[in-house]
Amino acid sequence: MSIDRAAVTHIARLARLRITESDKEKLAGELSDIMNWIEQLQEVETATTQPMSSVIEMALKMRPDIVDDGGKADDVLANASETADGHYVTNKVIE
Amino acid sequence: MSEQLIDGQTGSWEIVVGLEIHAQAITQAKLFSGAATEFGAAANTQVSLVDAAMPGMLPVINMECVHQAIRSGLGLKAKINLHSVFDRKNYFYPDLPQGYQISQFKQPIIGEGCVSIETEEGGIKEIGVERLHLEQDAGKSVHDRHPRKTYIDLNRSGVGLMEIVSKPDIRSAEEAAAYVTKVRAILRYIGTCDGNMEEGSLRADVNVSVRRPGEDLGTRCEIKNVNSIRFVRMAVEIEARRQVDLIEAGGTVDQETRLFDPDRGETRTMRSKEEAHDYRYFPDPDLLPLEFDQALVDQLAAELPELPDEKYARFVANHGLSEYDARVLIDDRETADFFERTLTDGESKRDPKIAANWIVTELFGALNAADRSIQNSPISSAQLGGLLDLIADGTISGRIAKEVFTEMFNTGSDAGMIVKAKGLEQISDTGEIEAIIAKIIADSPDQADQYRSGNEKIAGWFVGQTMKASQGRANPGMVNKILKAKLK
Repeated sequence: MSIDRAAVTHIARLARLRITESDKEKLAGELSDIMNWIEQLQEVETATTQPMSSVIEMALKMRPDIVDDGGKADDVLANASETADGHYVTNKVIE
Repeated sequence: MSEQLIDGQTGSWEIVVGLEIHAQAITQAKLFSGAATEFGAAANTQVSLVDAAMPGMLPVINMECVHQAIRSGLGLKAKINLHSVFDRKNYFYPDLPQGYQISQFKQPIIGEGCVSIETEEGGIKEIGVERLHLEQDAGKSVHDRHPRKTYIDLNRSGVGLMEIVSKPDIRSAEEAAAYVTKVRAILRYIGTCDGNMEEGSLRADVNVSVRRPGEDLGTRCEIKNVNSIRFVRMAVEIEARRQVDLIEAGGTVDQETRLFDPDRGETRTMRSKEEAHDYRYFPDPDLLPLEFDQALVDQLAAELPELPDEKYARFVANHGLSEYDARVLIDDRETADFFERTLTDGESKRDPKIAANWIVTELFGALNAADRSIQNSPISSAQLGGLLDLIADGTISGRIAKEVFTEMFNTGSDAGMIVKAKGLEQISDTGEIEAIIAKIIADSPDQADQYRSGNEKIAGWFVGQTMKASQGRANPGMVNKILKAKLK
């Protein structure tokens, strides 16, 4: 499977990456190589193999339903470039 | 026909609807953090560093969210998956600090189930449930505080949602509304979602398409975030009509996300297909698969309260209620509980049909007029029971009871106290009634003669006079009997 320039442009847009025209050709080649490698991997027979979710045998850790966090709006907003009245502030976004 | 066909210029069209309901799980803390879920707090005060997606923070699942999803799945008669997986759904929006929503894609916690709804003709129709999965809610964007800025509050970010996806089994706006009503009722019965659509704790995305009856599915449009049952009904009707008009004018329906504007009564393009999101789902590497034992499912099933359908069946079979009364009473759990408490609160057991009748007609009427819900009814179930006892033992007549009821509703007093204070006890003393009747007959010789010469209809006039003379307190059954004897 090959990735063309249009696909690179689409992926970059979804990932919010700014990519120059000259880089697109190079990335299309690299991404195509990756896809080809994945295609090759898919030749391996895995029908009877369970997906491996962890390298160690352990169960998902769970928390009890207790409120033990929050109440730190100042910390949460500490790195915001702009705030007002306890909110993050960004340029207007309406779809 | 429960199916609602749309008449177009070129023939009939069938509506096909599928719904995604987002129901906020009732829990103290969020799905993956220990921050509170309570509605209406000051901005960003219920946010942990996990919810704000600070680097290095890791999600830890709240087990109560898992329990709530399992309970809901049981209520939807659905398959509970003992193994499920969390995925990342990737998109950019300022109120989604992670840049992805943790959701479940290929392997949801709950599989196929079904919900039965009542059709307009009174029949029952099963609507398939495709799945229920757990996911995080996003934060809230406020667009109206500043002309060029958007304000963001992350209090809602990370709150646990149960997304319930129906199969495209719905064929009319009414069915869509009935389905949402029923799912909401089930979740409220079980206590897994408060169903408050105004506060957004239950909202629906409505997928609508049209087709010629019997043909393959048409292209669908998704109408986002419809936040009342009335709007669900309106959105289906308006969108289906738009699609029919479009196709008949020679156009084609584009698969797109639309917005419902109730003020203008229209749906509008929100995002077209070209801008459609490609979410690039993949398993979240921060989370292991969600696994639990059948024993947990069995335990939660054993604790489940009686559900609306079962309660309905019991009310009809055991209490002998009419289908209408049963349906109205089971509509929400508080009403059903009020009814059952009315039967048993206090010393005696009461007739269920009479109790149902008083609740459905008198109490609902008064509550509606006063714009109150049954939870803050001025008349408690015990007090209503007390009124029913006074009717049952003949202390007051049914007519006087309505008067007493109004007084109870306005003052909150017990029926017995009102009856005593106002001297409303029914007169069941034979001598007293005979005296009243004797006087009326003596005062009205003409009418008495008419009766004796065969005009039995005039008896009604005598009953009226007797009731009037006794201020409505004479026992009607006895009045009839004594009148007949005296007029001979």
